[in-house]
Amino acid sequence: MSSGRPRHRGGRHGNSRHGDGGERRPPEPKPEPAADDTPVTAMFRGFASQLDSKHDLYERLVKKSRDVTIESKRIIFMLHRVTSEEQDRQVLEEAAGRFRQLEGGTLRQIAEELAGHDPYLYLRAISPGLQEYIEALSFYHYLLNDRVISCAEVQQRLTYPGGSAEPASGAEPSTTAGEPPPPAETGPGEGEVGDPLRLPLPYHEYVLGLADLTGELMRRCISSVSSGQLEECWRLCALLRTIHEGFVNIGNTGPREITRKLATLRQSLTKVENACYQLKVRGEEIPRHMLADVFSATDDYGAHDDYAAD
Amino acid sequence: MDSSNNLSDVFLQYSAYMEDEQSLREEIRSQVRELEQTAREMTTLLQSVHQQDGIQNIPAICEKAKGLYPTIKEHYAALSKKVPKDQYYRFHDHWRFVTQRMAFVAALLVYLETEQLATQQMVADAIGVALNKEDGFILDLEDYLAGLLMLSSELSRFVVNSVTAGDYLRPFRVAQFLSELSAGFRLLNLKNDNLRKRFDGLKYDLKKVEEVVYDLSIRGLKPKQET
Repeated sequence: MSSGRPRHRGGRHGNSRHGDGGERRPPEPKPEPAADDTPVTAMFRGFASQLDSKHDLYERLVKKSRDVTIESKRIIFMLHRVTSEEQDRQVLEEAAGRFRQLEGGTLRQIAEELAGHDPYLYLRAISPGLQEYIEALSFYHYLLNDRVISCAEVQQRLTYPGGSAEPASGAEPSTTAGEPPPPAETGPGEGEVGDPLRLPLPYHEYVLGLADLTGELMRRCISSVSSGQLEECWRLCALLRTIHEGFVNIGNTGPREITRKLATLRQSLTKVENACYQLKVRGEEIPRHMLADVFSATDDYGAHDDYAAD
Repeated sequence: MDSSNNLSDVFLQYSAYMEDEQSLREEIRSQVRELEQTAREMTTLLQSVHQQDGIQNIPAICEKAKGLYPTIKEHYAALSKKVPKDQYYRFHDHWRFVTQRMAFVAALLVYLETEQLATQQMVADAIGVALNKEDGFILDLEDYLAGLLMLSSELSRFVVNSVTAGDYLRPFRVAQFLSELSAGFRLLNLKNDNLRKRFDGLKYDLKKVEEVVYDLSIRGLKPKQET
């Protein structure tokens, strides 16, 4: 067949602007209406700006979610750093302050961005940050209150009663997270008084955050052995078992991510149970300061545990 | 122990939550299945425009297919009742495909009847859904666009068959239509997703139609009227 030549330019998809979605763009520069605009072209210009604003919002949320992840990880590190009682209190206080900053800062901005949108459309963008935040918060909450925070309590922290009009008290932008200055609040659909601003927290995200918490509990358990707090070790082991039972009960009926996290959870649990075993059997005969070395050996054992992934 | 009590609550709540979600999803799924059934019927009806005698009978075929719109609307109304407010995108995957299919069917009907591009509003009206999320169950923009891209591949096939059936004028009009559509799509900044992949297909649909136009022109089969 003779070769018909396509009239349009081949490999150009007009995709070059995608990716600069990080900054809040000035109100969409009204697409310059070309003189030869057909109705179809005009219509598609409208679609283009709709799609762009959706993608831009998505990208902004991804960035903010990453900020939340970074700060949450730092808080977790901080919480791991200390083990003696009086230092603990100091660290916990500092953590409380950083949580307030995070909640009043980046997380609040996310809530503001999402106001008036369907959160499920953008859940994939914010889910990693949200889970990391829940992991950090529940770890902190466990150290403070000796119990696991409930979903309603987390949601409570992510609800901003003042609406979006004034910033929450004591909410300076966290310097460590390196976040951009709070965006000017605009947008239709906001400003209904009485309706508090909130960052919706789906139950799945909460539970997935709890699954991540178990990794921190495991680390805490191992390090509590080396610092001689054997009580803590038994308690953490019991707690981990309870969480594990809960997840086994869910099995693979939940979202797919749970199955993956269950495998990790199982590894952590095995590690902790081995540590408890070592403590029981050999605890009497090994001097305290050597126990830590014993457990770094059991770490490896746990990591090669194949049946963990059933 | 205090902490395990609290934890068993957490997991009890979670399994209750998941049970609710599962049963809601099940209801949505069965509703979507009915919708798909009708959508398939409409698509099948419209396939007969490719037949030799179908091309002469386009208005009759369109009428017959449009007879199913009320059923479609009923299904969408029932479906939208099941979806909780502001959770459209939580369950979007269930009806995404069939909605794209319906956008295609509606756009094809509009094209066959008027040779115009169906607007998002026209498609939404035809299947009985809204455009703004304040008004309820919506037609997602990307689903509508996906429907238009299905239309382009259907039309490229239609062009070949209409030439076979002796209609030499149609390819010129379809080529015009598709090149406008393609110019429109090139204005969009598509992400590297499904829509983008289908958009890449539009090029080949257009190429196919232009080949037909070329064949007709070079053999002097182009009718005398204006193109």
